[in-house]
Amino acid sequence: MAPASSDFTSIVRLEGVQKYFGAVHALRDINLAIGRNEIVGLIGDNGAGKSTLIKVMTGVLQPSAGKVFIRDREIPPNYSVRKAHDLSIETVYQDKSLADKQPLWRNFFVGRQVTDRFGFIDIKREKELARNILLDVIGFRGVGITVDSTVSKLSGGERQGIAIGRAMHYNAELIVLDEPTAALGVAEVRKVVEFVRLIKNSGRACLYIEHNLAHVHEVADRMVVLDRGRVVAQISPKDMTVAELTEYLIALQHKG
Amino acid sequence: MAQRHGVLGLLSVEGAPIFLVFVLILALFMWTSPGVFLAPSIYTTFLTIVPPLVLLATGLTFVIGAGEIDLCFPAILSFSGFIFAVLFKEYNLGWIAVIAGLASGVMVGFINGVLIAKVGIPSFIATLGTQFFWTGAASVLSGGKSYALRGAEESSVWQWIVGRPFASMSTVDWVQGLSIQALWTALIVGFLWLVLTRHRFGEHTLFIGDSNDVSRVVGIDVDREKIKIFTLMGALAGLASIILTLENKNFFGNQGQGYLMTAIAGVLIGGTSILGGRATIIGTVFGCFVIQILEPGLVAAGLTGSWVRTVQGFIFLVAIIFYMYVDEPQRRVNLLARLRSIPAFGGARASPTRASE
Repeated sequence: MAPASSDFTSIVRLEGVQKYFGAVHALRDINLAIGRNEIVGLIGDNGAGKSTLIKVMTGVLQPSAGKVFIRDREIPPNYSVRKAHDLSIETVYQDKSLADKQPLWRNFFVGRQVTDRFGFIDIKREKELARNILLDVIGFRGVGITVDSTVSKLSGGERQGIAIGRAMHYNAELIVLDEPTAALGVAEVRKVVEFVRLIKNSGRACLYIEHNLAHVHEVADRMVVLDRGRVVAQISPKDMTVAELTEYLIALQHKG
Repeated sequence: MAQRHGVLGLLSVEGAPIFLVFVLILALFMWTSPGVFLAPSIYTTFLTIVPPLVLLATGLTFVIGAGEIDLCFPAILSFSGFIFAVLFKEYNLGWIAVIAGLASGVMVGFINGVLIAKVGIPSFIATLGTQFFWTGAASVLSGGKSYALRGAEESSVWQWIVGRPFASMSTVDWVQGLSIQALWTALIVGFLWLVLTRHRFGEHTLFIGDSNDVSRVVGIDVDREKIKIFTLMGALAGLASIILTLENKNFFGNQGQGYLMTAIAGVLIGGTSILGGRATIIGTVFGCFVIQILEPGLVAAGLTGSWVRTVQGFIFLVAIIFYMYVDEPQRRVNLLARLRSIPAFGGARASPTRASE
């Protein structure tokens, strides 16, 4: 169960976060907050520090300096992926979230299995819960996918849907999506965009990392632009069209 | 009701192809050598001989299911067999010798696991190295001697591990010959089947075989689970070595020879994927049965022993191709595409040119 304290303003807040990899200054003085039920698009060129930033937020990497707050509380020093899960922050990686040859029901519960005290899995219960996630949370109806289907039978968009559905099942309050539409066809991208809307409508927050500006522009409440390790702009989709945003980013590249 | 259907469905699928192959081969041998294969005593003998192979292949099913390989277990058959034999015979330690034999297998397996998971050596290389090391160690320590365990059948160790519980209860030959190691093996393999299909550890094994990256992201401690898998393999190889040594009433330095390829073949014929992520213990058991039945079958049919390996190799290759076609439609498509593309791209002609350069 997610810690149900309701008196916080931002789900994650970074204050003066720095990250060095040896001599490389990957994140420079990052100040950023993600509000509750807010969809934040994170954009920027390759190497701008997008991945590093989400890794610091989700416990994969420790910041070199600065503070990270979750629900307005400073994070403990032993922050890890497991701890992030406990604090209901889930990450959906582009192609590292599901195991191909395993059935969906195992993919939903692996790492957090429903077991007896000897560690034997309650298969009946897991399948039942998985069926609920599939039908009620993600809304996969009549598409020929059951909990016994293996992941390899799914399309790219369906995979993202399954991974997002899993995150929602675990009551994540912040779901980090790492380029969910990369290498997907047009119809598949539509599905993923719908899943992001689903996140918004269910009252959760989402940090959405994306190369395709049109997709971010469509779903984000706010877009954060990262350039060479710095947050250089925070833009509302209402203030800029996709074309203007593209112009702006190109100009940014040519600036010093 | 739905679950009952699921369990029956699973049973009818898991290992079904290889079970069918086993039945067909058995029927063939019954036709070629009815005198041997329609009498019960061949099956009693079979159940006496097959346990070490089945135990090894069951451990290997976990290892290969996790996308790794173990080449070291023949060395455990030698090393643990030596530890057991020397303590049992020279020091008369009885059950302590059994525990020491098992412990040495566990230790070798654990070291393999650490080399692979913590030091990061690919399992093929790591276990190739440890196989040389422990085979060498066994031969240095034993001085190349073999140990004949004469009179071992008087001991409680022999009675409990490889005894013939019905020897005095029955007057029928084949009932007297029924060996208790078949029962132990069946219990252990049944338990490990449960572990692989419905325990957290089995699920982690298959996820690791599928992808180490995904496994880490979903919170599996990949290193620890790999160490556990290789330790399990070591323990099973240790037990196999004790059964083998007691059954033969003899230890000799290269008693592990011949098990490497047969165990791997048993696993892969059974339907476990060499790429990891998919594994079946029921398949492995019948895969071992197929491999093991060929020898008496071919010899009884009048072929020489040299034919056994040839036929085993042939069945092995046919099985691999079969699984590629039936179980992995994507690979089937890729293979067909490649076959079709060779003439189109002139690939058949290009490769000899490249080879001659």
